[in-house]
Amino acid sequence: MASRLMWASQAASFLRISLFSRAFSTVIKDLKYSDTHEWAKVDGSSVTIGITDHAQDHLGDVVYVELPEVGANAKQGKNFGSVESVKATSDVNSPVSGEIVEVNSELNGSPGLINGSPFEKGWIIKVKMSDAGELNSLMDSEQYSKFCEEEDAKH
Amino acid sequence: MALPQAIKAGLPCMNLLRMTAVPILEQLYLEERLLRSSAENWCIINHGTSLPTIVMGISGRPSELVELKPVLRDQIPVIRRFSGGGTVIIDNGTLFVSLICNKNAIPGLQPYPHPIMSWTGQLYGQVLCEFGDFHLRENDYAFNSHKFGGNAQSIIKDRWIHHTSFLWDYDARNMEYLKLPSRAPKYRSARSHVEFLCRMKDYVPSRTSFIEGTIKSLGGHFSIRPFDLDELGSLSSSLSGSTKLLTRQELEEACTSQCVAVR
Repeated sequence: MASRLMWASQAASFLRISLFSRAFSTVIKDLKYSDTHEWAKVDGSSVTIGITDHAQDHLGDVVYVELPEVGANAKQGKNFGSVESVKATSDVNSPVSGEIVEVNSELNGSPGLINGSPFEKGWIIKVKMSDAGELNSLMDSEQYSKFCEEEDAKH
Repeated sequence: MALPQAIKAGLPCMNLLRMTAVPILEQLYLEERLLRSSAENWCIINHGTSLPTIVMGISGRPSELVELKPVLRDQIPVIRRFSGGGTVIIDNGTLFVSLICNKNAIPGLQPYPHPIMSWTGQLYGQVLCEFGDFHLRENDYAFNSHKFGGNAQSIIKDRWIHHTSFLWDYDARNMEYLKLPSRAPKYRSARSHVEFLCRMKDYVPSRTSFIEGTIKSLGGHFSIRPFDLDELGSLSSSLSGSTKLLTRQELEEACTSQCVAVR
């Protein structure tokens, strides 16, 4: 078990991902994170948004994604869509405010991309950010890893 | 004004709203509104609904789930609700119990589908285990392997709803309006509706004993406060949420696509 963790830690460091040992959910460095388990990848004023590996693991198999309309407005901390898993719909909240400029229509036919590739093929929307200052209220990867550990430890 | 019940020390308050034969569409509008606009915990109990009605989950497609020709012929309403899960046909033999909670209301309960399903399963298990071999089977309530309760949830930022339609009794003829679902729990083992389901009244002495038992079970976690429907005021009005009654045109279009698919 100890050597497995050491190997995982070395591999993670090489790949620029973080692992927290309890659940082995992936956290990607260089992304920003909300306390409702969404990630944000910033590229200038464009932000790509999805849900984290921790979130998809806790939700279970995603069978449907309710996507917003392109052109709609996203507001930081407010829901813009939802995912269905098991018997539940779960809101997905935007980490930043702005205009939704693109949605991942692949999720209509393949909602499981959120489970299989939460940080890449399972992205959900892209937003043209209206206030870059909002990024300051998001967590970095280390803070988010700690947040997840603390949340799981409480239950 | 009724005097409020004494608040149990240290327990969060839960408002108990009891209704009879409120149409399911109204109930769902109310629940969606309470989930998103209220900061309180709620238990809503509704005995029966006035008309047989089909209720699908948020992603439900009538062409896949419903026998549309008889539904159109008999003008059976079809609703798409705001929560997840499968399709049910409900009537005046259905008993509805819905729990709307703040995410911190139950210490140690994570606001995700499985933990909520497990916790509510235990809550009902306490009430029903004396009446039969109660199980939470995958995500259904069953006596042995016969389902009598269907569950669905909606989880938002700081709150969740877990609502259940209990088959106190049902008219087997109504099951003819539903197709066999493609997405079904393994324990169903391809059984027909009638072979798969059971009636609570064949196990539980009375609706009252079940309801009072449930309220008592909730009382171990909440301080229960009876609430009248007319106290709700503006909260009882409909909301432009996700719950939707499908139009006849939508059902006809689905029927056309169903017929094309069959050819």
